[in-house]
Amino acid sequence: MDGVALLTIFVLSIFVGFEVIAKVSAILHTPLMSGANAIHGVVLVGAIVVTLQATTTAALVIGLIAIVLGAINMVGGFMVTDRMLEMFKPRQTDSAKKDAA
Amino acid sequence: MIPAWVQLANLLAAVLFILALKGLSSPKSARRGNMLGAIGAALATVVVFFTGVAADHILLIIAAIGIGGAIGAGAARRVKMTQMPQMVALYNGVGGGAAALVAWVEYLESNGSGSKLALIATVLTVVIGGVSFSGSIVTFLKLQELITGRPIVLPGGKYITALVAISVVVLAVWLIAAPATWLLITLLLMSLIFGVLFVLPVGGADVPIVISLLNAFTGLSVAASGYVLNNVLLIVAGTLVGASGTLLTQMMAQAMGRPITGTLFGAFNAKATKAAGSVEDRPVRSGSPQDIAIMLGYARKVILVPGYGLAVAQAQSTLRELAELLAARDIEVDYAIHPVAGRMPGHMNVLLAEANVPYDQLKEMEEINPEFSSADVALVVGANDVVNPAARADKTAPIYGMPILNVDNAAQVVFLKRSMRPGFAGIENELLFDPKTTMLFGDAKDSLTKVVAALKAL
Repeated sequence: MDGVALLTIFVLSIFVGFEVIAKVSAILHTPLMSGANAIHGVVLVGAIVVTLQATTTAALVIGLIAIVLGAINMVGGFMVTDRMLEMFKPRQTDSAKKDAA
Repeated sequence: MIPAWVQLANLLAAVLFILALKGLSSPKSARRGNMLGAIGAALATVVVFFTGVAADHILLIIAAIGIGGAIGAGAARRVKMTQMPQMVALYNGVGGGAAALVAWVEYLESNGSGSKLALIATVLTVVIGGVSFSGSIVTFLKLQELITGRPIVLPGGKYITALVAISVVVLAVWLIAAPATWLLITLLLMSLIFGVLFVLPVGGADVPIVISLLNAFTGLSVAASGYVLNNVLLIVAGTLVGASGTLLTQMMAQAMGRPITGTLFGAFNAKATKAAGSVEDRPVRSGSPQDIAIMLGYARKVILVPGYGLAVAQAQSTLRELAELLAARDIEVDYAIHPVAGRMPGHMNVLLAEANVPYDQLKEMEEINPEFSSADVALVVGANDVVNPAARADKTAPIYGMPILNVDNAAQVVFLKRSMRPGFAGIENELLFDPKTTMLFGDAKDSLTKVVAALKAL
């Protein structure tokens, strides 16, 4: 894909990123940060792509390290977020909802 | 050429990431949102094996994923809720490191023969990813208290940091003009050093804001690596995190009433650890658990102010027990939650939710602050900086300007604290010496248990 198309995607994603969390309540700042952190664990996919194509030992080794790091980020990130959110049981959802704004 | 169905799967993954962020911003849908994100990530990870490239190292790759996944999962399962912020910092750091390494491998494979634009993206990935990696490690060490949580200002630190920053820029420009592997490695090293220097002077309650900022950095670095690899999914996911992370950082800084620049560079200008010794020898009033039980038991309105010390002592359930006892005596009880109580915005809510404290008793700062003046007792358990009046009055204090809980408006204040030691930000709290303040020294759980027992005996 050419540079301009990628740039278009980049710019549009910025706006989506801003819009999508614009109305988050303070109590969710920590889980939200943690969830976003897990999402950039998708760098694992990039690590797999480069390692699949590695032709030298150096590239292969660095690529494999990147995969390990990326997998830690992705798997650990989503799991730790889930553990946090487990605490917010929907026990009192209705009264909790009222002052979310 | 990447098969169309793989590209469509990537599109689906990108949509799932957007829905995940959307879901995570409301308490009702948060858990489902996180689940959607995980599904998207898993989907993207599986389909990448069908991109039609030569696949020589598949077994090694799967083994590496297994190792990383096991480490991440094991750590996520074992980490205590109090240590979560540093865990997130660590995950974030390795993500940034991974992005930098991806750009490195791609550079090695292409021998630096890519277009100038690709080179620029490579440089950005390496620099931002490197800074995020080493910076996150330092925040981890600070929060884990392996190094001091106070700002660390090296002699001439300002100049060293500036020098390193300049060398990063020079190396980056040089690399783009005349690609060479040694330049790339040097650039990565200098970025790592810069990350350390960047985070060292940040202290105390500001550390979480830096974690959030580094989180946004990693997102951007992943986006840049997506540009290097011509991978749309990485660009979308990385940019989403970069943008939302930047906004989140701003919100956190706002919750603390400080501009981001003050957070990052404040220590360079403030006199470090001001006047820590000047007031130490003044008398304080301390009481027995019985005194405090009587004070609480005959009050009409009590406000509980939980802090990180409560969580460290794992005393959340004991505090809830105390609150229930008081409520049974027809006393009005509320929890006052400072936005950064604990270590991060929202951290205390998570910790109290873990102890089954009813959600509707937790009052946010704006809501509870007017209530203090009508409260008979404010019971501060293991908190310090967030109730320190110096944030309102003392312009030289590093926390000046941070909104605080107006505990000093209550008729009486009780502190359960381990010692007279200052809090995470390293500043004396005048309120501890106030005549209406009573101290009960010791581990929060011990103290609370004793107060609960004394209250039952009333």
